[in-house]
Amino acid sequence: MSEPRQHTVLELRYLRTEFGSRERPLIAVDDVSFSVKAGEILGLVGESGSGKSITLRSILGIVRPRGRVGGEILWKGRDLAALDEAALRKVRGREIAMIFQEPMSSLNPLLTVGLQISENLATHTDLDARARKTKAVELLEMVGIPAARNRLGDYPHEFSGGMRQRVMIAIALASNPQLLLADEPTTALDVTIQDQILRLIQSLSRDLGMAVILVTHDMGVVAQTCDRVAVMYGGRLCELGTTTQVIGDARHPYALGLLRSIPRDVAPRTPLYSIPGAPPSLSALPPGCAFTARCPVAGLECGDVRPPLAAVGQHHQVACHRRAEALAHFRQHEAAS
Amino acid sequence: MNMLTMEPAKPLLSIRDLTMRFEKPRSLSDAIARRPRQVVSALNGVDLDVMAAETLGIVGESGCGKSTLARCIAGLHQPSGGDILFEGESVVGLKGPKRRAYNKRVQMMFQDPYTSLNPRMTVRDTLREAISVHRMREGAAIERRIDELLDLVRLPEGAADKYPHEFSGGQRQRIGIARALSLEPICLVADELVSALDVSVQAQVVNLLLELQDNLGLTVLFVAHDLRLVRHVSHRVAVIYLGAIVEVGPSEALFSRPRHPYSQALLAAAPSLDPADRKRAPALSGELPSPLDIPPGCPFHVRCPHAAERCRIEKPALRPVGAGMAACHFAETISAV
Repeated sequence: MSEPRQHTVLELRYLRTEFGSRERPLIAVDDVSFSVKAGEILGLVGESGSGKSITLRSILGIVRPRGRVGGEILWKGRDLAALDEAALRKVRGREIAMIFQEPMSSLNPLLTVGLQISENLATHTDLDARARKTKAVELLEMVGIPAARNRLGDYPHEFSGGMRQRVMIAIALASNPQLLLADEPTTALDVTIQDQILRLIQSLSRDLGMAVILVTHDMGVVAQTCDRVAVMYGGRLCELGTTTQVIGDARHPYALGLLRSIPRDVAPRTPLYSIPGAPPSLSALPPGCAFTARCPVAGLECGDVRPPLAAVGQHHQVACHRRAEALAHFRQHEAAS
Repeated sequence: MNMLTMEPAKPLLSIRDLTMRFEKPRSLSDAIARRPRQVVSALNGVDLDVMAAETLGIVGESGCGKSTLARCIAGLHQPSGGDILFEGESVVGLKGPKRRAYNKRVQMMFQDPYTSLNPRMTVRDTLREAISVHRMREGAAIERRIDELLDLVRLPEGAADKYPHEFSGGQRQRIGIARALSLEPICLVADELVSALDVSVQAQVVNLLLELQDNLGLTVLFVAHDLRLVRHVSHRVAVIYLGAIVEVGPSEALFSRPRHPYSQALLAAAPSLDPADRKRAPALSGELPSPLDIPPGCPFHVRCPHAAERCRIEKPALRPVGAGMAACHFAETISAV
């Protein structure tokens, strides 16, 4: 659906982010590699603690100094992981912007919205005060805030949740970023407002050629918004493919289970498929596949040997030793229900 | 399923013209200017019957009054007007032993398993307190009952002597269910029971709730914003908008053919899992009007694509349309599309 502006803007190579002591580190992101193209929306899916937010934060270096980032973060050919704080600050907010789940806690409650937008414009552009004001109104109009000119003097608490998220997006867009990192931007919002915000992000990405990485736990949001999807579990990438491939033809047992546990086309009030157990703690991950303990088709090698991402189709990669068994297991389950 | 054959069902709970107003504290400047006190109208005449042993889903946007309704039913709010009949008798304004007896029959479960459990009490303490305060069991029978309850909600052995922080979110929600069940209620009010949980864990808790309901013959009020889940668990669904029911009907009928334009928009806004059926424009524009200032006539007319002159003046009554009831002047013509 996006035009062929197919150059890669960001490439992660073996990204690894760890916290805690060096002797016994907690590895929040482990060997994650993927790339994003201009004008593309990549969904990053997984449950809480799967490392999706930390992946985003690692890109911008905001997990430091407590977290240690390894691997390469190639942004237009430059490795962000190797940059120091001062150099990184030139990229952060200007070329790569980020929006968060809770707009109320990321906006300054004591400053007017107009000031917060023009602050960002002052840092990242060379517009004068008058031009900044015009631009701020333009930005608020672009994200769909009615009577934008009159709202520049309002404080964040005078906006509703959905409007605050629009303000956040307007601030993020002030510097014309080429990549937008969106960390669960609609999780706190109602479906009707979520729908509006997602359509907005989609049209901005399409019209401005902006790349977007959208972190979410909602497969419906992915299906409706993203071009490609990366599924994470226990800090590792377990499946990567186009939205149609992952949602229609998932191969990893976690992705298969996750999709199966969403009620659709099942008789009402029948038991839903559920993945047994609970998400693993980062301190107790096996050396092999992180999903082993909850996997219905785990074999002997799964707990010890890390499965590599292997291609199962064009653009479709899966990290699983037992792909055939997984498919057979879930097909059988489907036939039974 | 069996309750459908037990016609004619008698309502367990009848809610009649229930209103709930919260007065905002008056600021000093308002007092000086002699401005009237602001009133939040959270519920504006809710009429609803809850049948014995059914699951009634309640959906709507945040701020529409669904939690207030749940809390009024559970006796946590004293309604400003109207009546709640439980087995034919009014429960508004009950005091002393009668109030306690009602509270025992109708139990509430909360969204946030982190804040609704006392962090300094073990699971055993929490359950023992509930059981002994209400004199459900005496002496050694209390401990037996605790084991029984933990077994009922499938918590592992040894869970009784742990503190809430030692459990995962899904397990904590099971503790909340066990606490509610310890009083042997006949009606459970579940306010966003699984919203805080990961998708893979949600299914486990929902399956447990369905199973307990069938085994114990419970009536469940399932307040949630996840429409797919509500459709799956509910026999009937009520759609609430600005503190009034706009549509109520059998789950399948309501979801496959919503009659009220708000229900239609709400369902259309829920993200579909099929990447092929994407849309570019949001299903519903605008936001929920402030409950401080509810529009005259039909409360939905400001956002309704079908609004006519009559909608701005005359408030539509909830009346039979199709298999359920809808509050719209033009329900027949709109749903014919």
